[in-house]
Amino acid sequence: MKFSLSWLKEHLSGDADLTLVADTLTRIGLEVEHIEDKAGDLSQFVVGHILEASRHPNADKLQVCRVDVGRSEPLQVVCGAPNAQAGLKVVFAAPGTVIPASGVKLGASEIRGVPSAGMLCSGRELGLSEESDGILELPESAPVGKPFAPVIGLDDPVIEIAVTPNRSDCFGVHGVARDLAAAEIGELKDHAAKAVPGAYPCPVKVRFDFGDTRPLSSFFGLRMVRGVKNGPSPEWLQRKLKAIGQKPINALVDVTNYLTYDRGRPLHVFDAAKVTGDLVVRRGRAGESLVALDGKSYALDETMCVIADDSGVESLAGIMGGASTGCDEGTTDVLIESALWDELAIARTGRALNIHSDARHRFERGVDPAFALPGLELATQLILDICGGEASEITSAGEVPDRDLIIDFPVSEVRRLTGLAVTPAEVKAPLSLLGFWVSGQGETLKVAVPSWRPDVSLKADLVEEVVRIIGLDRLQATPLPAAEAVGGEKLSPVQRRARVARRTLAARGMVEAVTWSFVSHASAEAFGGGGAELQLANPIAADLSDMRPSLLPGLLAAIQRNADRGSSDVAMFEVGQTFLGDRPQDQRMSAAGLRRGTAKARGAGRHWGEQALPVDAFDAKGDAMAALAALGLSASSVQIAQGSAPGWFHPGRSAALQLGPKVILGAFGELHPRTLKSLGVDGPVVGFELTLDALPAPKSKGTKAKPPFDGSSLQPLSRDFAFLADLATPAAELIRAAQAADRKLVTRVDLFDRYEGPGVPEGKVSLALAVTLQPREKTLTDAEIEELSGRIVANVEKATGATLRG
Amino acid sequence: MTDLSSLQSLETEVLAAVEGASDEASLEAVRVGALGKKGSVSEKMKTLGTMDPEQRKTFGPALNALRDRVAEALASRKAALADAALEARLASEKLDVSLPVRESALETGRIHPVSQVTEELVAIFSAMGFSVAEGPDIETDELNFTKLNFPVGHPAREMHDTFFLPQKEDGSRLLLRTHTSPVQIRAMEAGEPPIRVIAPGRTYRFDMDQTHTPMFHQLEGLVIDRQANMSHLKWVLEEFLKTFFEVPSVELRFRPSFFPFTEPSMEVDVRCRKLPNEIRIGEGDDWLEILGCGMVHPNVLRNVGLDPDEWQGFAWGVGIDRVAMLKYGMPDLRDLFGADARWLAHYGFRPLDFPTLAGGLSS
Repeated sequence: MKFSLSWLKEHLSGDADLTLVADTLTRIGLEVEHIEDKAGDLSQFVVGHILEASRHPNADKLQVCRVDVGRSEPLQVVCGAPNAQAGLKVVFAAPGTVIPASGVKLGASEIRGVPSAGMLCSGRELGLSEESDGILELPESAPVGKPFAPVIGLDDPVIEIAVTPNRSDCFGVHGVARDLAAAEIGELKDHAAKAVPGAYPCPVKVRFDFGDTRPLSSFFGLRMVRGVKNGPSPEWLQRKLKAIGQKPINALVDVTNYLTYDRGRPLHVFDAAKVTGDLVVRRGRAGESLVALDGKSYALDETMCVIADDSGVESLAGIMGGASTGCDEGTTDVLIESALWDELAIARTGRALNIHSDARHRFERGVDPAFALPGLELATQLILDICGGEASEITSAGEVPDRDLIIDFPVSEVRRLTGLAVTPAEVKAPLSLLGFWVSGQGETLKVAVPSWRPDVSLKADLVEEVVRIIGLDRLQATPLPAAEAVGGEKLSPVQRRARVARRTLAARGMVEAVTWSFVSHASAEAFGGGGAELQLANPIAADLSDMRPSLLPGLLAAIQRNADRGSSDVAMFEVGQTFLGDRPQDQRMSAAGLRRGTAKARGAGRHWGEQALPVDAFDAKGDAMAALAALGLSASSVQIAQGSAPGWFHPGRSAALQLGPKVILGAFGELHPRTLKSLGVDGPVVGFELTLDALPAPKSKGTKAKPPFDGSSLQPLSRDFAFLADLATPAAELIRAAQAADRKLVTRVDLFDRYEGPGVPEGKVSLALAVTLQPREKTLTDAEIEELSGRIVANVEKATGATLRG
Repeated sequence: MTDLSSLQSLETEVLAAVEGASDEASLEAVRVGALGKKGSVSEKMKTLGTMDPEQRKTFGPALNALRDRVAEALASRKAALADAALEARLASEKLDVSLPVRESALETGRIHPVSQVTEELVAIFSAMGFSVAEGPDIETDELNFTKLNFPVGHPAREMHDTFFLPQKEDGSRLLLRTHTSPVQIRAMEAGEPPIRVIAPGRTYRFDMDQTHTPMFHQLEGLVIDRQANMSHLKWVLEEFLKTFFEVPSVELRFRPSFFPFTEPSMEVDVRCRKLPNEIRIGEGDDWLEILGCGMVHPNVLRNVGLDPDEWQGFAWGVGIDRVAMLKYGMPDLRDLFGADARWLAHYGFRPLDFPTLAGGLSS
């Protein structure tokens, strides 16, 4: 919402200056977004009078001027403009002034050997026009030495405020002035509309025809002014509209636009000669269309309200008029419409047709119903004043609704909600100035809500009205009483898991990314998603169309972007939500990580101390197992289900991570080359993904005490065994079998060597285990050790078919 | 014949040999030659048995002393030789210790600023007694709008450019939550007052330019009890901003505004100094809009079955990305979601930088 200061002052008496007006607007909730104050911006530029102009001694196209700028002596200024001549009043800028168009600070200079004490400015240099045909010429009456801007009418600053959707009353200058008057920086000027008597019955009638559907209008007022002379509107009206960026069209149209901004009352004018028969206000019909005043054709339907005559739809009610009945220079008889429309229908129609008109903006937020008729009278008077003619009586359909709302308002409510102690007088004054009718004495007041404040219906609304006017700066911070002495746990289990996973993965040298929750449809499909229920109806970009089923596609795209920038050794992870479906329980908290190039946990890139090997599935396994261990799941409790990882992993170099057959924690491995190719990612890439929600809930043990420490004083001993196993046999089974030989004495099994090649039969692999034995009550005798070793070998052989190497 | 002077010369001879031994092997030869079974000193010791008691009285102590001195000289020489040998070995064992070691994973790993700042915010508000609540990113129209007092079809809904999921058979359609405020409703529906929760999370709006991304992070705060009012709200926000920005004090300016789910509603500005590459909170003469807040709207309370004359409270919403950018000087919102490893290494946090109130939010 834009208006000029002088326009505001037509509704607000008093001498509040721009600063006070602007500060007050923001303070009471009408936030000032922008102030265009040409006079203020250009106050350094003053009126100069060229006394003499002579040819520059060293340059044909330059002149040396003697300019009176109101100082004791005239100044010498070199000027290149062809129109510089003695006697002219011009705009002078002294050294030190910043030229608006260029942003350059003017210095004292010497031009071709002649000193110049400043500059004579063109309209373009001042940012006032696009052309640069010489310096700006001012009227002869311009006062020398004074700022030039007021001389050419630039002294009316334009204020732009952000009006929140609840304040429909402030989409008119009058409403803004009322708010400022309530803040007591001036008084609201009344400007009440006077009824204009009609000389004859309105020859065009209007009726509602909504059948048995919900009416989309409650009131429609219409009157004719015949014998008007339409043409350009007067200068005062054009200046107002231009100041706020509106293009004057013709007097009849400009009057409606003026009242839209001045009073927040949109109106419409029809050229009566182009209207056939009477007007009907009804719902649109499928198949109907209207060419509106913007020249575009709009398809209508039964959710939209239209105004039709005998020849069809003539206007899109409350949004935009039709081209065929618009007023132009040839209009002699005009029909003025002032109506009340269903707000939701206006909003829906505006959205559906994508029309953003000033009328829609106001009607969908709710105009003052009680002003429908006064607005019509004001428009009539203005048209009579400007265009002449003779007004008819008003004809109408429907009735202006009367809200008649009175709120019982305990003054204590202000303190209850704000903590501010206020007196009844402090409550009454701002409400009265805002147009509320306040009565009653003592604790509970009766407050009647004015017709222009549809946003006010509750006690809390009145509290807001009071405190925004008396000033939120009166609020004193008061400590919120503590709810508890020392707080307990504040995070849910999954929130804690996300934190732990995040820190653990970062501690393994990975960097955390936050990528979009949406991915391309192809990516979603490649990772088990892409279902219709998770495709956005209105994606912001084609490659951000589906809610992600996995964190991996976003991370893959990210590491490829990094590779394209030259960072090919990247280890990156994300902890965030993934979506299996559209229900709340389908949203999961996942943790996933990728490694590429040589980005291993112990460091990336070549190093003098060790060979830089490419990452492999075990790096991803290490990440996944570290995260699970940090989350309380030991490596021995997690099953590595080879061949069970999802299809986007390499089938032979991946596994699912499970707790039993049902609980799938996630998977790790090398990404499938086909998946990488389809996403345009250069492999190999390894990674993992865990579903943090899938972890079992922590068991409540009833105690925080840890089990007793079992530190034997007896020396542990270690025995090495080398087995020949089938290549297909998982090494973990050998370890498990060795462990199971004696759960008490075998405390640790390490696989310390793996070999296949010469010396080992084809299809076999040599696996060497170091088994740690921890004697318990007494040292083990050789015979006991021998017996235990035998059991270990037997157990492994039985469980895996491996044989002890000779 | 044994006399004392011959002992003297024997000692001189043996000690010279000890001193002259250049390595452990020759020293051992000297030891055997002197103290071995047939060594020169041992031979002398044997003669003691043939002496009369008077002679033995003189020669016994002298010989014992001689043997002890030789043994001591041998030991001392042995130690000296061992020392010299170690020195020689060490001299040959020099490393170029300027060779670089690999950076620790703790040095290369990074926590994203949004995660870190979220933990900072949780640390602050949990100390004030707030629990962390959550809700889904895919929400119903009911919770994202209607129960928050956005009337159906009202232009206030257009303040939020909403992402929609496909329309269902019954005509309804889910959406991506445009703010974390639906968690207010979930929290109030899930539990009885008093309620103190914060809800950090991802939010979505159809907007992409220099200062907007289609996904961003918000933190919602909600207090419901029998007396929480705007003066408490001001205190909570002051404490929060002061602690978060790690400055001795902040000055807030409340401006009336409009949110459908609060009444009165306010925007909050914080005093700051705007520098070319940085905004300093808590000093200066500029104001920066930092969050929106208000008293929970009576209709919202009614929508969750609370009597607005009995229960009251306040709510606020703050952009996590925004305060992260302000605090840590990150200039462009879009970079937060760009996953550029160099950017993350620069603005990210080390794995063990845990934000705590006791230890300082940031290191």
